[in-house]
Amino acid sequence: MSDTGTDIAGGTKILVPTGMLGAGIRESDVQLGISRGAHAIALDSGSTDSGPSYLARAVSKMNKDAIRRDMEVLMAAANKAGIPILVGTCGTCGADAAVDWTRDIVIEVANALQIRPRIACLYSEQSAEQLKVKNSQGKITALPPLDAVTDDTLAACDHIVALMGPEPYIRALQGGADIVLGGRTTDTAVLAAVPLMRGAGAGPAWHAAKVSECGGQCTENPRLGGVLMTVGTSGFDIEPLNIENRCSPKSVSRHMLYESSDPCLLTEPGGVLDVTQAVYLQLDSRITRVTGSIWRPMPYTMKLEGASAGPYQTIMLIGIQDPEVLADLDSFHDRLKEALVRRIEDTLGDEAGQFDVSLRLYGWNAVSGRSMPKDSIAPHEVGVLFVVTASSQDLADRMAKACNPYFFHFPIRSNIELPSYAFPFTPAEIPRGRVYEFRLNHVVHTNDGHELTRMAWTDVSEAPSKAFTYA
Amino acid sequence: MLKVRDVCSHIRSKNAGPFWITVDFFFDGEENYRRYRNSPSLNDDLFARLYGADTRFFKRVAVDSLKIIKISYARPHAQGWLHERDMHSGQQFVPLLDVPLEPVMALD
Repeated sequence: MSDTGTDIAGGTKILVPTGMLGAGIRESDVQLGISRGAHAIALDSGSTDSGPSYLARAVSKMNKDAIRRDMEVLMAAANKAGIPILVGTCGTCGADAAVDWTRDIVIEVANALQIRPRIACLYSEQSAEQLKVKNSQGKITALPPLDAVTDDTLAACDHIVALMGPEPYIRALQGGADIVLGGRTTDTAVLAAVPLMRGAGAGPAWHAAKVSECGGQCTENPRLGGVLMTVGTSGFDIEPLNIENRCSPKSVSRHMLYESSDPCLLTEPGGVLDVTQAVYLQLDSRITRVTGSIWRPMPYTMKLEGASAGPYQTIMLIGIQDPEVLADLDSFHDRLKEALVRRIEDTLGDEAGQFDVSLRLYGWNAVSGRSMPKDSIAPHEVGVLFVVTASSQDLADRMAKACNPYFFHFPIRSNIELPSYAFPFTPAEIPRGRVYEFRLNHVVHTNDGHELTRMAWTDVSEAPSKAFTYA
Repeated sequence: MLKVRDVCSHIRSKNAGPFWITVDFFFDGEENYRRYRNSPSLNDDLFARLYGADTRFFKRVAVDSLKIIKISYARPHAQGWLHERDMHSGQQFVPLLDVPLEPVMALD
């Protein structure tokens, strides 16, 4: 421990160029971090925040072009500086296929740059069968608000991933990896790995990683790129990668609030980060120093995420400016919905099966879905989104087509010429695909950070199909 | 009685994972924070009424250094369910703006 902070200034420097690979990395940011002596580049490429669709399908939310463009910037700079790149939760969801998808982009970039990095891929997708065994051993625990998991729920998931800690990243680097592409990993673990490997304090390493997980989000101007974290034994410094930007005690401490339900405690694989006693100090005009972060080791657990695909939806959209309709929107909504449900029953009969019709009045109450107060002023126009949900895409499409004339022409009162509302598209009905669902909010107890993970090496001098796996 | 919008400089809502929503109330100044951080108005029943939240899953934490209250509640339905209307829960703070707050004078 040091009161003067020399351990921090001489600590492990991690360049975090952005909160999300593919969001747009600036070359000047990367250069600044490297000129400061960065030991590694680490960043996250995933999140559950965009919904269950990506995990259920094992695909990336980000397009290939955006990933390739950012990796070009990083790989060129890292290769020149001779430092490794660590990417956590490849392809948004971190499923095995999403890791491989990212690996293939990285191989393309390596070939274009004519460099030959050693690539380690880390996998953490889990089979339902393996987890059923864990469950039968009492090694899967529910997190509120969910109940204990059943074998049926595990089997119903299309993909299940376990959130990795830093240990597999450290093993890959010690094995000589230049680029580590991880499956689902906690946002913090991928950033904490190199500081932990190099002997930084666990409290500072995890806290620095938490602060830096969203790149510039912990700075005064989050739109100005990423950060450099410097982690010692007693604390860490956090500095923006843009020379105009600043990290202040307020901007840094505030980030513990972001998208977490507890601002002081953060449970991670193998322990809990406690920042209750953390002290934030403005070191100079741009850098904030944090000390007093504590890591409490706990039995090793990995959080599980699982998602599945459900029924199918077809949507239609109309705009309405007719003042008579706008003056009586709630009753219009109720009567139209009733007419559409009846129309589906009349035309499809028993074949309709279980279905659902939802009308959402944008400009009125679509976001809340709650009744508006009686004295609410009528809007100037509303968009009405029609959503029908059925057991197949074909059925949902047929239901939307059956509803089309009613949705288009439904009158506000009887004995008037039928109105025509404003469709923006033709054909009006849009097959939207499936409804996806998150099924798990549980942790699995493991012997260590490796038990449920796998590593595979790729040699870029070979074709991608020659990738081989070490057990 | 003053409302949330009168005493907070900023309020935001967001998913905290697919099963929880978290709301941060940034109070405008030390005095507002001290007066309202323990206000009984921001309770589990309010969230049950506004959002249909289950009162068993309700967390409230005050952070003095940031002059904020963080309230987290379980989503009545997991993110992305059939009738999802706010995937990221970014608009869920809005009904809270007009909630009247009963003050509690703290002596510390």
